[in-house]
Amino acid sequence: MKVKFKIWRQKNGAPSGEFKTYDVEVAEEMSFLEAIDVLNEQLIRNHDKYPEGPVAFDHDCREGICGMCSMVIDGVPHGPRPGTTTCQLHMREFTRRGFRDGDTITVEPFRAKAFPVLRDLMVDRGSFDRIQHAGGFISVGTGSAPDANAIPIGKADADQAFDYAACIGCGACVAACPNASAMLFVGAKVSHLSVLPQGQVERSGRALKMISAMDGEGFGGCTNHQECEAVCPKEISTDAIITLNRELMRAAVQAR
Amino acid sequence: MDLDAKIPSGPIDKKWDKHRFELKLVNPANKRKYTILVVGSGLAGGSAAATLAELGYDVECFCFQDSPRRAHSIAAQGGINAAKNYQNDGDSVYRLFYDTVKGGDFRSREANVYRLAQVSVNIIDQCVAQGVPFAREYGGTLANRSFGGAQVSRTFYARGQTGQQLLLGAYAALNRQVGRGKVRMHTRTEMLDLVLVDGHARGLITRDLVSGQLERWAGDAVVLATGGYGNVFFLSTNAKGSNVTASYRCYKRGAGFANPCFTQIHPTCIPVSGGYQSKLTLMSESLRNDGRVWVPRSKEDVGKAPGQIPEGERYYYLEERYPSFGNLVPRDVASRAAKKVCDDGYGVGVEVDGVRNAVYLDFADAIRRDGRQAISDRYGNLFDMYERISGESPYEVPMRIYPAVHYTMGGLWVDYNLMSTVPGLHVLGEANFSDHGANRLGASALMQGLADGYFVIPYTIGHYLATQHAGDVTADHPAFAQTEAEVRERIDRLVNLSGDVPIDDFHRRLGRIMWEYCGMARNAKGLEHALQQIPALREEFWANARVPGSSASELNPWLEKAGRVADFLEFAEIMCHDALHRDESCGGHFREEHQTEEGEAVRRDDEFAFGSVWEYQGVGQSPKLHKEPFAFEHVKLTTRSYK
Repeated sequence: MKVKFKIWRQKNGAPSGEFKTYDVEVAEEMSFLEAIDVLNEQLIRNHDKYPEGPVAFDHDCREGICGMCSMVIDGVPHGPRPGTTTCQLHMREFTRRGFRDGDTITVEPFRAKAFPVLRDLMVDRGSFDRIQHAGGFISVGTGSAPDANAIPIGKADADQAFDYAACIGCGACVAACPNASAMLFVGAKVSHLSVLPQGQVERSGRALKMISAMDGEGFGGCTNHQECEAVCPKEISTDAIITLNRELMRAAVQAR
Repeated sequence: MDLDAKIPSGPIDKKWDKHRFELKLVNPANKRKYTILVVGSGLAGGSAAATLAELGYDVECFCFQDSPRRAHSIAAQGGINAAKNYQNDGDSVYRLFYDTVKGGDFRSREANVYRLAQVSVNIIDQCVAQGVPFAREYGGTLANRSFGGAQVSRTFYARGQTGQQLLLGAYAALNRQVGRGKVRMHTRTEMLDLVLVDGHARGLITRDLVSGQLERWAGDAVVLATGGYGNVFFLSTNAKGSNVTASYRCYKRGAGFANPCFTQIHPTCIPVSGGYQSKLTLMSESLRNDGRVWVPRSKEDVGKAPGQIPEGERYYYLEERYPSFGNLVPRDVASRAAKKVCDDGYGVGVEVDGVRNAVYLDFADAIRRDGRQAISDRYGNLFDMYERISGESPYEVPMRIYPAVHYTMGGLWVDYNLMSTVPGLHVLGEANFSDHGANRLGASALMQGLADGYFVIPYTIGHYLATQHAGDVTADHPAFAQTEAEVRERIDRLVNLSGDVPIDDFHRRLGRIMWEYCGMARNAKGLEHALQQIPALREEFWANARVPGSSASELNPWLEKAGRVADFLEFAEIMCHDALHRDESCGGHFREEHQTEEGEAVRRDDEFAFGSVWEYQGVGQSPKLHKEPFAFEHVKLTTRSYK
């Protein structure tokens, strides 16, 4: 495959950047990140021709679970294949969708006020961690747990909690949202813990603290575009946002 | 090098209780005066940092990823063992202990393994209380499955994402302490050296990966939980960032490195599809419960589509060679058998560099027997993952699989208190060597990481602080300036590498040497050859490698990579020395000179029932060997047989 990569280049600490275009020959069997690896190898070997150097991008497990990879590909966070992280996207997917030799693939970082760009395609998602610090946990110290089977939990509840807990914290939901809202991310954690009996004690406080941290970080609110659900690589449902709103309402009523 | 393991006296089931009573305590009001430096935020590091902070210690925690939630523990699929005996099928602490020592092929320390089995039950309680959504039965109790050939169902799981859910549990506990201000979390920060003051581990030099600045951290003890070194092979199932640097730098500062040649190869991974391959993906070995492994009987057929090869022309080599265990033989046996048929020219799939390294894992019979729906219920997510990566549907054509490096049992030597040979330096999880011997059982890695972090180090570190700790040290101590200067010199050397060859090129070549000569099967001649090739490659690296960018004071992923690859290029030699010295086959270490006529491993207990602990003597110098003899008082030394 002959690909024209149109890639966002932004220097360390620079306020903005620009697109640059590179021609590269890749194989259909490659993962998307392997195609970028091949491009980078080319940029390193021909360093005289490319003074800007190779493209910096975040990646780690390359098996769809660590949540580190974060590219917007042709306008869609994690690219065209639903339910798939960038690292698990393969080049044959483009052929399947009508890619012809010489076509352009555009690659940008996840863009949001709360995800400042560090360099090229790397962004700072520390805001996600800070939301979790505010309340994304059950306060149980090591050693104080009762026997694991002491509290039965129905299979349906356990499965539902898992569906929400599957969030990998990549931030695609934020990058896709016109408001750069983190409601799906926050909703997933709040829903996961509010379904379980262990999470009941801190239920109201958790929702309030996490949403307040989210606002403080500069994420927007939800206006029901549902782009987040469409791009979530773990296919987390916007039911999480409905649950979050219900939890917030419940907390507000309780506070009165 | 003092290798006193400090194993408590008394009966094995009383050792840990007795020891906990004998350990000195730190007064609750004094704990806040101690700062503990925790490197790594996976299952071991994250759980340790959270628990130490709960106890009242001040904790500084470091990870190179952008969040502690990205640590590679997240990728573990299968499950976590615990001797709960919830299934009433005869499991017990003693049985889990016995299975783990035996499975490790008798190259681990009994007392440590017993304690691991003991605390396994507490881990499950703790994780459930944190909200980890384990699989459950309709009645609401926890579900279990048998895993990796175990005769009892003791594995707890959360679909195929158990590691993720356990890590998110530890991450939540850690976040709570960060929120309280008891843990200060330093993300995108890489440990580059250990600072010793009067022989004790008292600090770190780290690099802020965003600003490029070096920083000094003084503390009262160091906890290293930085994972394994499988990426020395370049291609492995580890995350791209996983590295040996933190462990290796500690080794260079005097910590003994134990059994580095013990590496685990996982039999069911997706094969390499081309020279550009950047990593390998594991699929749960539960696939072998229903899949049948085969290759063509004739070499002429290796390029044909599998559907064109009639039943009579298929060689079900595991079923034929191991009639009673068949496709369910242990990981190492299945892996070696696959390598053998491929080396002999019967491998299938795409030709990469002139060889076909894959065998079929065929579900056609299972689908005929149980129906497509039943197979989809069992393996649907794995089949989807395979299809996503390979572009083929396992419902229609057999999967192609090949073994890949997955886990490293070796690591820094630790005593019963998880302290290395450097006083004050404690090592947890995959980074230490203590519990898995020469081979790790399935679902035991998650158990060990959390046991070390939640239930062992919180007790034992207090004893060190209360008894051996030598007073306050600040980062103004000259040892910090000295170590920082050494780190800076090395970074400057790396950033000035201005040849034409990308770092990955060297890493790939190192990986090929290690896979060929220190991989699934090793022999003296090959290892000696590797010991010639590695220094030559290292020399070439320093002469021709290129690190893009000219400043060390900025975000530069290639500089990070170069530092890690440079360490692998030194560390690889210790692995080969260890593999060469261990003139026997055991667990994941298969020396071709020591096998039965049927190709089974032959252990030499009279001569090699010890842990090999290597002491640094200088780059390119042979490391010095020390031995910790292992006594087997409870588990009878027997030979594994899967015929």
